Amino acid sequence: MDILIASTKIAVVLAAMLTSVVFLVLVERRMSAFIQNRIGPNRVGPYGLLQSVADVVKLLMKEDIVPAKANKPLHDLAPIISIAVAMTTFAVIPFGNAIELFGTTIKLQIADVNIGILYILAITSLGVYGLTLAGWSSNNKYSLLGGLRSSAQMISYELSMGLAIIGVILMAGTLRLDVIVEKQTEYLLGWLPAWNIFLQPVAFITFFIAAFAETNRLPFDLPEAEPELVGGFHTEYTGLKFGLFFLAEYMNMITASAIVVTLFLGGWHLPYADMLGLSGFALSILQVLTFCGKIVLVLLFFIAIRWTLPRFRYDQLMSLGWKVMLPLTLANALVTALILLAF
Amino acid sequence: MLDNYIPIFLMIAVGVLFGIIMVKLNEWLGPKRPSEEKLTTYESGMEPVRTARERFSVKFYLVAVLFILFDIEVVFLYPWAVSFKSLGWLGFVTMTVFVVILFLGFVYVWRKGALEWD
Repeated sequence: MDILIASTKIAVVLAAMLTSVVFLVLVERRMSAFIQNRIGPNRVGPYGLLQSVADVVKLLMKEDIVPAKANKPLHDLAPIISIAVAMTTFAVIPFGNAIELFGTTIKLQIADVNIGILYILAITSLGVYGLTLAGWSSNNKYSLLGGLRSSAQMISYELSMGLAIIGVILMAGTLRLDVIVEKQTEYLLGWLPAWNIFLQPVAFITFFIAAFAETNRLPFDLPEAEPELVGGFHTEYTGLKFGLFFLAEYMNMITASAIVVTLFLGGWHLPYADMLGLSGFALSILQVLTFCGKIVLVLLFFIAIRWTLPRFRYDQLMSLGWKVMLPLTLANALVTALILLAF
Repeated sequence: MLDNYIPIFLMIAVGVLFGIIMVKLNEWLGPKRPSEEKLTTYESGMEPVRTARERFSVKFYLVAVLFILFDIEVVFLYPWAVSFKSLGWLGFVTMTVFVVILFLGFVYVWRKGALEWD
């Protein structure tokens, strides 16, 4: 029975994520077109809604070219690692409070483990392997440089990411994500929701910046800086293997937004929702919708940033990560602990 | 206890399978018309110069080494962060000493110029 419930949750979450990627890509393309005063894709289906579906079918029918000098097994393995990592990170994120269904209470979280945050850090660092292997196995100088750059960038920002989360753990005293969200449902001074964005602003900003770097999004998209490295690590990829990297990038964006929402923006908590007098079931649905709504807002912010900011230079990127973010997050962790102990 | 991890293993299996199926599906559906030119390494249309299996900047290794060093520090901070209330001031002072020692190392690395990219 448990397995059945778990499989249902996995199926629902993965289906929801794949569908959101389809629309996210379209939203990004339409929004970039709007920002650049273009029209954007609007021919396939009403308002271009089926554009991404058409793109997937097109990629599926393309020739899978593996360069003669490339390492074929690793060349095939790299996109599989990327997509598997992108699909599994969501497992520990609570997307709603417990829900009453057919007389049983179901927790809206795929895997209820007590090391939630550590799991996320562990799985996301596996993503580096996908990019590095893709870069190395292609036996192409652009790919190699792109792969190296992305791995150096991702591990650098992983430090600040891990240290920023320490502030949140100090507030909650646990690694469980459901408890972290529950702590945020209280109110400060009687009216302000106790979201970590208000309690840990420094951690929030540094974590958000690190999330941009971890997902290789502009202004941190050095790994695939087109003018100098062509496509970066995926220069030698065609067809759906390229599509898998693309899909993984967008899924990582959704997961990163979900993590930001869970850790800092109160997760599924809708302030004052319990005063509406809704039934338990309706309230749970409302909370799931709140969670999705918050993710959408963060995603729109991600996209708006991408189309308004220029790209960093590599030395600026590394010095921001090591010389600014690392000391800042370390100080934030110690100061948080000091304040919590003193009061 | 370990039961909680079954959904995770299930999800990893689904992810890996999804990747394999998609790669195989593409290989099966796509055309196969290889030619010598098509299979050469892409270098902006020029004849490829040597291979990519060459030496690259040592800076990348340095970043990796520094990462391991500081990531271990982060890992040590996690258990303390979970139980720091029961550890109290003694735990805080111990951790501060630990972080300060590592921070001295960080300052040394910085002064040595290991964080500069030219």
